[in-house]
Amino acid sequence: MLKLPTEVYTQILGHCLSGLPEEACGLLAGDRDGHVSVCFPTKNIAASAKLYTVDPREHLQAEREAEKLGLEIIGVFHSHTHTDAYPSPTDVEQASTPLSNPLWHYVLVSLRDTHPTLRSYRIVDRQIEEESVVVEPHLGR
Amino acid sequence: MSVEVRLPTVLRSHAGGQTAVSANGTTIGEVLADLAKTYPGMAGQVLTDDGNLHRFVNVYVNDDDVRYLDQLDTKVVDGDTVSILPAVAGG
Repeated sequence: MLKLPTEVYTQILGHCLSGLPEEACGLLAGDRDGHVSVCFPTKNIAASAKLYTVDPREHLQAEREAEKLGLEIIGVFHSHTHTDAYPSPTDVEQASTPLSNPLWHYVLVSLRDTHPTLRSYRIVDRQIEEESVVVEPHLGR
Repeated sequence: MSVEVRLPTVLRSHAGGQTAVSANGTTIGEVLADLAKTYPGMAGQVLTDDGNLHRFVNVYVNDDDVRYLDQLDTKVVDGDTVSILPAVAGG
């Protein structure tokens, strides 16, 4: 289960919407129970409507900031501008490299319809499993 | 030259759970080779068989991504911090 404070949820959706027409992305910091405390919106250096790459420099900064807060980076979010909020074959491929953390949460935001749709998945050994997302107030720092 | 190497989560198990370890070398390539020698479990995880950086790995010297410097020939000096992170991408 992924637990998102309301402010993180709105931050994710806002970053994804402001990235249109390209995909947007960012990192999520929290604890190993799936409780997200901080969202780090990052630049999509792929600058594409079909691909994303988290800016490596911003990734390093997010790691350091999370560590200072006693947190870990526990996942990534990105938008799909014209398709479902479901991991693409490219997403599965990238989640299955030797350095990919099997504990990560993969959050997908679909901007295809009038209202954005947010879903979260675990991707382990190329198997996709959806998990529930709970949006709650007052969970953040 | 001795540098601190900060490890990504999945490599820590090869170093007894440590988040950072020491390694020696005058370039990033030498540091990564030293790391693989000390912790054989990491061999092949960061460098390809022909000695290049895997495309799914980002390596930094202090604040800078070595892909924008001299890649594996990037120089390091005593006290530098080398960080290894997974490249995060998708479609």
